[in-house]
Amino acid sequence: MDAQSLTYLFVALSFGLYIGIAIWSRAGSTNEFYVAGGGVHPIANGMATAADWMSAASFISMAGIIAFMGYDGAVYLMGWTGGYVILALLLAPYLRKFGQFTVPDFIGTRYYSTTARVVAVICLILISFTYVAGQMRGVGIVFSQFLNIPIFWGVIVGMGIVFMYAVLGGMKGITYTQVAQYCVLIFAYLVPAIFISMLITGIPVPQLGLGAQVADGSGLSVLDKLDQTLTELGFAAYTDGAKSTIDVFAITMALMIGTAGLPHVIVRFFTVPKVSDARKSAGYALIFIALLYTTAPAVGAFARLNFVDTVHNTQYTDVASWFKSWENIGLIGWQDKHQDGRIQYHPGAPFEGKPTFAPERRADGSREVTNAPTASDNEVYVDRDIMVLANPEIAALPDWVIALVAAGSLAAALSTAAGLLLVISTSVSHDLMKKTFAKGLTDKQELFYARLAAVTAIGIAGYLGIDPPGFVAQVVAFAFGLAAASLFPAILLGIFDKRMNREGAIVGMLAGLIFSISYIAYFKFVAPETNNADYWLFGVSPEGIGTVGAVINFALAFIVSRLTAPAPAHVMTLVDNIRIPSGVGNAQDH
Amino acid sequence: MDKNNGSKADTGYWRANLRLLGVLLSIWFIVSFGFGILLVDELNQFSFFGFKLGFWWAQQGSIYVFVALIFAYIHLVQKLDRKFGVSDEDEDPSAEGDA
Repeated sequence: MDAQSLTYLFVALSFGLYIGIAIWSRAGSTNEFYVAGGGVHPIANGMATAADWMSAASFISMAGIIAFMGYDGAVYLMGWTGGYVILALLLAPYLRKFGQFTVPDFIGTRYYSTTARVVAVICLILISFTYVAGQMRGVGIVFSQFLNIPIFWGVIVGMGIVFMYAVLGGMKGITYTQVAQYCVLIFAYLVPAIFISMLITGIPVPQLGLGAQVADGSGLSVLDKLDQTLTELGFAAYTDGAKSTIDVFAITMALMIGTAGLPHVIVRFFTVPKVSDARKSAGYALIFIALLYTTAPAVGAFARLNFVDTVHNTQYTDVASWFKSWENIGLIGWQDKHQDGRIQYHPGAPFEGKPTFAPERRADGSREVTNAPTASDNEVYVDRDIMVLANPEIAALPDWVIALVAAGSLAAALSTAAGLLLVISTSVSHDLMKKTFAKGLTDKQELFYARLAAVTAIGIAGYLGIDPPGFVAQVVAFAFGLAAASLFPAILLGIFDKRMNREGAIVGMLAGLIFSISYIAYFKFVAPETNNADYWLFGVSPEGIGTVGAVINFALAFIVSRLTAPAPAHVMTLVDNIRIPSGVGNAQDH
Repeated sequence: MDKNNGSKADTGYWRANLRLLGVLLSIWFIVSFGFGILLVDELNQFSFFGFKLGFWWAQQGSIYVFVALIFAYIHLVQKLDRKFGVSDEDEDPSAEGDA
């Protein structure tokens, strides 16, 4: 069987599995739809959380980003794992003890205010929609590249699958599907990484291979060789960063507390039976996540080494076939500035923007790039997202590994999309309707509205995936900053500061949210030409501004709460109650 | 909510819990923001299993410590729960109501 038939087979098998689980675990009540009945085992929940968390960005993009950022890639590695320490120690156990269905539930009850609940719903919807659009886009891209299906139909198929298990099964269906998706995605990530580590260093553990000697007789370690090769070509050393220390600090912090404040992650801890289980499942989740996150830097470094070795100073006619196949898709572009038929790889953009190609090919078979060239010596444009997808081809691995990577990236994108769609639909049916605008709903009616909201949300997400307005891709990364600046401080203070009240929380959330959105919008849309360190506040880039937003939120909430009346006695009792683990009931309406 | 063990034991538990969180979060901060970011250049002068030490903390070591921290917390806070009689280990979560 060729690679494409194998890919069809693997993808079809994995989809069949997900649909089977959906039918088996159909939800019958809001309790099952929202929190899987509250009876999920901590290890299963840990796997589900890991799949929920690791998106198309983690699976497809992260290693490629690290490959081209070197040391600076650490902001993602530490930011997206360190957040789980905060989640496990500061949020998850207490929110589980609180024992309701959603994040706005907690904020609305703790701050005894419908306004606070609605503000939290707005934050949640803004965060989740920016995030989900990127997932649907990822599904479309995988379909179009591996299966030659247009992005439109790829997204439609993806929507259909998510519809099956999210709308029918709710949280129960999603949880057990995510367990299966975690297994698929981690296997698909580790297999090529192990193969490549063997090829380059002879050591089958990528985490150790990254520090080992390159098996080419040079006696250099992987990182030393990478530093040496890159500096010879004029790049900064791989192990040095290009970002300023304060920016690395701010971005890492924003990603960490943003992770802890993401509603679709928090809600996973409502599905386990007890407070102690919530702590355990955060621990298991991080083990399962760390397996991929400690492999990614190795994949990134190997990929960069391979890339330079294969591409630089190579005659186009002799270059490996993967270079040409990705050039055909337009994710690699080569402009022969020196007119010598050799590919030269150096720092800087080779030409303005993304490549556009002339209809005719050049004499050597390469595609003529028509963009205006830049002054740099670099001739190669490469899209960072291809590194993980192209890795099996670069290392000449068997076809079934390529098929596996396709199935794995779909698992990563679909599992995250489903989790996000669920929190969107839950917050609409439960927080906006049942708790705010239509209080008389029966459980059955609420369940119907939850499904209706899920269908609507899938439709919108699909539209954003097929026809993304120009800003979606840019905004996805900012979901973390928004979560960090709005929801995280309100939740944390709700648990740890008894004196915090309605006024403080609302002012804090709004200030953090509005400040961060304005800062991001200013540098991305209003004045993008000034988006550099000279103009940034304290030298913090829009990616890291959530940290500043969170500080503003904390400070204003503290000041305002001390100037206004304290929370009523029943809320004080509630805070006392969530601070001790014993006496938890099922997640339910109180 | 009817708690017979009284608010005194609860505040004792809460203080001990905050102390534990303080210690663990300090370690969390030191390995990631300290070793991985603020001190990275100084640590990079040392070599560690083929890595520059600061780089290793930033891209590998901090993640291992994060995992260890959560499991240390699970173990230590469970001990604390038992000491103050607020553990949920023996509870049957399907039974409704407060203990």
